[in-house]
Amino acid sequence: MAALSVFDKALEPVYHQEREVKYGLVDWLTTVDHKKIGVLYGVAGLFYLLVGGLEALLFRIQIAKPDQNIFVGDTFNGLVTMHATTMVFMAVMPLIAAFSNYFVPLMIGARDVAFPRMNAFSWWTFCFGSILLNSSLIFAEFPAAGWTGYAPLTTKAMSPSAGIDFWWAGLTMLAISSMVAGVNFVVTILNMRAPGMTLMRVPVLVWMMMVIQFLLAFSFPPVAVGLILLSFDRTFGTVFYEYTMGGDPHLWQHLFWVFGHPEVYVLILPSMGIVSEILPVFARRPLFGQHAVIFSGIFIGFVGFGVWGHHMFTAGMGPIADAVFASTTAIIAIPTGVKIFNWLGTLWGAKMTYPTPMIFALSFIPLFTIGGLSGIMHANAPLDLQQHDSYFVVAHFHYVLVGGALMGLFAGFYFYMPKVTGKLMNEALGKVHFWLFAIGLNLTFWPMHDLGNRGMPRRIYTYPADAGWNFDNLLATSGVFLMAAGTLVFVYNILTSLKNGKAAGRDPWDACTLEWLADSPPKAHNFDFTPIVFSERPLWDHKHTADMAIPVPAAAEEIHMPSYSWKPMWVSGGIVLILVGLLLLHTIPFSWLISVAGGLSIIGSLYAWVTEPV
Amino acid sequence: MSAQLAATDPHEVADAAGHDHGDHGHHAVVENNFMGLPNIKLAMWAFLGSECMFFGSLIGTYFFYHGKALAGPLPQDVFSIGITSISTFLLLMSSLTMALAVDAMKQRNPATARNFLVITALLGATFVGFQVYEFSHFVHLGLKLSTSLFGSTFYVMTGFHGGHVTVGVIWLSMLALLIHKGKLNPAKLPINVEVAGLYWHFVDIVWIVIFTFVYLLEFIQ
Repeated sequence: MAALSVFDKALEPVYHQEREVKYGLVDWLTTVDHKKIGVLYGVAGLFYLLVGGLEALLFRIQIAKPDQNIFVGDTFNGLVTMHATTMVFMAVMPLIAAFSNYFVPLMIGARDVAFPRMNAFSWWTFCFGSILLNSSLIFAEFPAAGWTGYAPLTTKAMSPSAGIDFWWAGLTMLAISSMVAGVNFVVTILNMRAPGMTLMRVPVLVWMMMVIQFLLAFSFPPVAVGLILLSFDRTFGTVFYEYTMGGDPHLWQHLFWVFGHPEVYVLILPSMGIVSEILPVFARRPLFGQHAVIFSGIFIGFVGFGVWGHHMFTAGMGPIADAVFASTTAIIAIPTGVKIFNWLGTLWGAKMTYPTPMIFALSFIPLFTIGGLSGIMHANAPLDLQQHDSYFVVAHFHYVLVGGALMGLFAGFYFYMPKVTGKLMNEALGKVHFWLFAIGLNLTFWPMHDLGNRGMPRRIYTYPADAGWNFDNLLATSGVFLMAAGTLVFVYNILTSLKNGKAAGRDPWDACTLEWLADSPPKAHNFDFTPIVFSERPLWDHKHTADMAIPVPAAAEEIHMPSYSWKPMWVSGGIVLILVGLLLLHTIPFSWLISVAGGLSIIGSLYAWVTEPV
Repeated sequence: MSAQLAATDPHEVADAAGHDHGDHGHHAVVENNFMGLPNIKLAMWAFLGSECMFFGSLIGTYFFYHGKALAGPLPQDVFSIGITSISTFLLLMSSLTMALAVDAMKQRNPATARNFLVITALLGATFVGFQVYEFSHFVHLGLKLSTSLFGSTFYVMTGFHGGHVTVGVIWLSMLALLIHKGKLNPAKLPINVEVAGLYWHFVDIVWIVIFTFVYLLEFIQ
């Protein structure tokens, strides 16, 4: 039995670093530290979560009652479009990036990611891209063609507003950011693990993160192509989506959903990983069938590339394609069910404790299962023809994304924040947050099943009083207020805990994986020495098995830490210049010179990048 | 640098860290868990996988719309297999010189590697020159971006390939310049040249696919 206090005695490593660390704002602008980049992603994700929530609140007020005239027409459409675009790309994905940035290196016992400057480049590209996308509100108006951006609805003839141009430009940057991050993290997880951490000893959360990095790297290129074709149609007069020139509306749908469905797993798998980390800790037993959980996650990742057609059953692909996509979609239910039964097996007969992360993680299971079950209904092509574009679909994916992905991320926040801030979050406020949010989300999304079955279509901004949808819509809108209140309590809890929270210490939950070996908050170099891993649960075995204690070296380790760098931000800025030049092409003469300047500045920045000592 | 740490054998890492796990009585065993590839090479392979999806989507779009152009000129009207064969040959030869550059660097011969990189970049630039000539010739024949689905899909697909060749030319030139000036860590030169080579060969392979399926198949009766 070795206590964790032995780690306090480890010697500080000897640093080799090219440049002194900067402090204050410059540090945050030039950092290549995965933890600081994780915090940046987290702050941005929470900010956009509030923005996207506000957008939802506004359009839910419009349809709370029939025949209202608050946000109508393209204002309503713009709010709906930006709500979904914001939540998917700028709230949930950066929150996932926050967890993967902060915790993947810690959980695999590494000092940083494989390519720290590339990681900073991903962050700045995301940051600038999200600003570019939202700046449509200032310079034009919100894009109003739905987050799926179906061409030819997004062509110049159908959507003359520049909002769509900001949309493709911003999304292109987010796509670049995600692809680069995907490559970076695949390499990090495969190559940077601590000695002894074989692939089957990698924690489930890290495994799920690896699966989604593959999905990011391989599923974003098709939608990037779709966006490039759209940008060429709108900017250079190509005819990819022009039906008068023979363009086929299926093209965009295929390119979008080849990306769009793997994207769904990008959003949900990390939360499944977080839940798989939290349940064993508070049930005081190992995850039931850990390898089955890992392999089912990998299987979901593979099959996720072969199911996109179930978004297109009404698009007229023909009976053979429909049958194939219906079958592959139904198959996804198997690995998902494996995971659910493994979580239940973990909890079966366990003596559990119920702090806030645990109740969020526990609520994930039934809430996600509700969304999963309505998902299996959509695998049935004939049934899907009836449900397509109705509120039933809205209910389905909100149970998966809010009840599933977001509840999992909240669980992760309460579980991991003590590591990030060194302070425990307030339990009472956490439970207030949970009950407000859990009741609110069910109040909002459960009636939507009923609305869908009563024939209410998605994305309509008003409806007549005698349609029979009044009560359900009022319930749904009132639930949004509860969720908003819960989220505000959550943000308040984070802010007050920073100041008043109880000190967390290394290992506040008596957990089992490597991140709890580091200090809270961790030092810049994460670990004073390279931990050696002997099992799937290195810290637990350290605490409880005498011959598996993690050895603390007697001598100080010599390490090389990467230095701060401005270059990642310069390269991202060059991409912004290229896109701005294209956006202004038909507005300001010679604006293509801005694009040329952007291209040249990227070449210059890259030269500086490869020659600067790190 | 952390990358170097990762590329090392874990036992060495452990030993460097002052761990002694030969005779300290641990029953547990430290196993090797790395993929046997340097970070930068693994990253390039992952990136090339991503690029396969990118060009797969572009080439897929070309075939999705193949034969659906509502207005001429059509592929048979504009393609000139003779000229494109010459530029294809030059690009394929650039793969040979690229391989020679990688080999020279493996033999720790930076000057030779630099020369082969310059030749490779020149061959690539010549290919891009041929493409510029081809595009202007096609425009002269009446095929523009906005003429038809064939014009749009052809120019965007081959244009993005040409863009990749251009990026490669810039990359190889920069690499040759940096080798010439001695600005790169000599220990890392072989892997840097090899990774650039992986990219270059990939771009060549994409062209082989495009030349075969887009150009040659058009003339099979």
